[in-house]
Amino acid sequence: MLRRTIKLLFLSALLAIPAVALAVAPDLKPSPPATQAQVAALQQAIRAAQTSGDNAWVLVSAALVLMMTAPGLVLFYGGLVRRKNILGTMMQSFAMMGLITVLWAVVGYSLAFGAGNGVIGGYEHAFLRGVSLAPNPNYGGTIPEQTFMIYQLMFAIITPALITGAFAERVKFSSMAVFLCLWSLVVYCPLAHMIWGVGGILNIAGGRWPVLDFAGGTVVHITSGVSALVCAIYLGKRVGYPQQNITPHSMVLSFIGAAMLWVGWFGFNAGSALGAGPLATSAFVNTQFAAAAAAITWVITEWLQNGKPTALGAISGAVAGLATITQASGFVQPMSALLIGAIAGVVCCFMVFRVKKFFGYDDSLDAFGVHGIGGTMGALLTGLLASGVINAVYGSDAAGNPLATGAIDGNWRQFLNQSIGAGLGWAFAIVGSLALLFLVDKTMGLRLSPADETQGLDLSQHGEEGYDLNS
Amino acid sequence: MVKIEAIVQTSRLDAVKEALLEAGIEGMTILEARGHGRQKGHTEFYRGREYSVDLLPKNKIELVVKDEMKDKTISAILGAARSGRIGDGKIFISRVDDVIRIRNDERGEAAL
Repeated sequence: MLRRTIKLLFLSALLAIPAVALAVAPDLKPSPPATQAQVAALQQAIRAAQTSGDNAWVLVSAALVLMMTAPGLVLFYGGLVRRKNILGTMMQSFAMMGLITVLWAVVGYSLAFGAGNGVIGGYEHAFLRGVSLAPNPNYGGTIPEQTFMIYQLMFAIITPALITGAFAERVKFSSMAVFLCLWSLVVYCPLAHMIWGVGGILNIAGGRWPVLDFAGGTVVHITSGVSALVCAIYLGKRVGYPQQNITPHSMVLSFIGAAMLWVGWFGFNAGSALGAGPLATSAFVNTQFAAAAAAITWVITEWLQNGKPTALGAISGAVAGLATITQASGFVQPMSALLIGAIAGVVCCFMVFRVKKFFGYDDSLDAFGVHGIGGTMGALLTGLLASGVINAVYGSDAAGNPLATGAIDGNWRQFLNQSIGAGLGWAFAIVGSLALLFLVDKTMGLRLSPADETQGLDLSQHGEEGYDLNS
Repeated sequence: MVKIEAIVQTSRLDAVKEALLEAGIEGMTILEARGHGRQKGHTEFYRGREYSVDLLPKNKIELVVKDEMKDKTISAILGAARSGRIGDGKIFISRVDDVIRIRNDERGEAAL
């Protein structure tokens, strides 16, 4: 009985298709020549179609980048700390999601992307005044400016969240929140403005030293990574480090978090094309290639050295590759991305295994070793490997050939510009972080008391336990 | 009445439980423990640094049995838990002063 009903329904559907087609079929009479109004309407429709594709991709990318913070970074960092600190670690990134969003809406977006001067934007867009649903031709000409704003917000959220890796397990929640909010205004907004903001001295279009930074190798990874190092040194080592074995309480969580970072990074890099066209494809491809190559080379380096490939090494390698390719993602050829990733895996592994031990700083979750160094390498490698064929940032000549972009095209000046950009990133990160660390420490106190640190962040800062296996 | 505490390899736990049931012993408490005797641990890696983990997972089985059952219980455990390698574990035997069944206040051997 049921089979007969299904067959009947299926036949009706089949017959309905030609019936509907005939009903909506256009007349086959010849149409009159198109009028001005019709042409204008068509152009409007084409723009709308392009906007819808671009807007869809950038909105999805914004969601992917937010996913990189939570649950990506939250799990990645969470798994690497001791059990007693898991909630505290997660709360640090989550706090950024709340606080930076409000800060961005009130003043952050304006300081980063308002007009202002060459170093920092103005207040004309405070409270998002003037930031409407119409496109801003300077910031993604086919998407609403609010899409651009919300997309950039996700970057502003994850950048300070990355720094929390350096001072894991030893900082007060309240002081951390204040420090990172101030940091985002004092370090992130200026760098974002200088490199991406209209009128910025490092802006690729018209800046004094045009810097290529596709998705934030300098703006995000150098600033956060170097600030992380400054924080780690200023705050000092964890109680018991390095004599005591402080090991991850859940590599499983870290693995899952890292996987989410990898997938989310497609939004981070490919979304920075601010459109759904071929440039997004380039960035997407480069992202994947670099992550894979770096994971492989880190694992091989580790395997040769210690005799076993660790899961932590594999995921760290992937993250290092992703951090390094960020700056170059929309400028280089796919094979260059493989090379960039391969280099990142080896160098960051070396940083984390040898250099950290040599200098003795407690960068608990290797924010500097992976993001700081990865970002710096990425900035410089972009200067070497950026190709006009992928992204003709300097325009084309009369014959339509793209002008030289990076050293690989013959433009060695770009490498100098990249160095200047990276240098400014380092400078702002060091000076800004030190100043704010002093300020917050002297007024609020940053470091946990040894008793609180031993008890753990979860109980001392939040009165909770991450895992209550007895409940 | 004797208390028998046996620390065994986690891989042997099921075999020991079955052997005890077959020997006619029904009551036991099983704990997850960590420890070592002369057994060396293993090494793990974290960020390229090797470190040794010498607290190894074990299971501890606690039983209280009548004196007559003591030898049978011990044989059951030894038979199932022994692999011949270092790390097999140990059995500790002690006297028990009294046993009380919580449900109905039975005391002594009747409570076993």
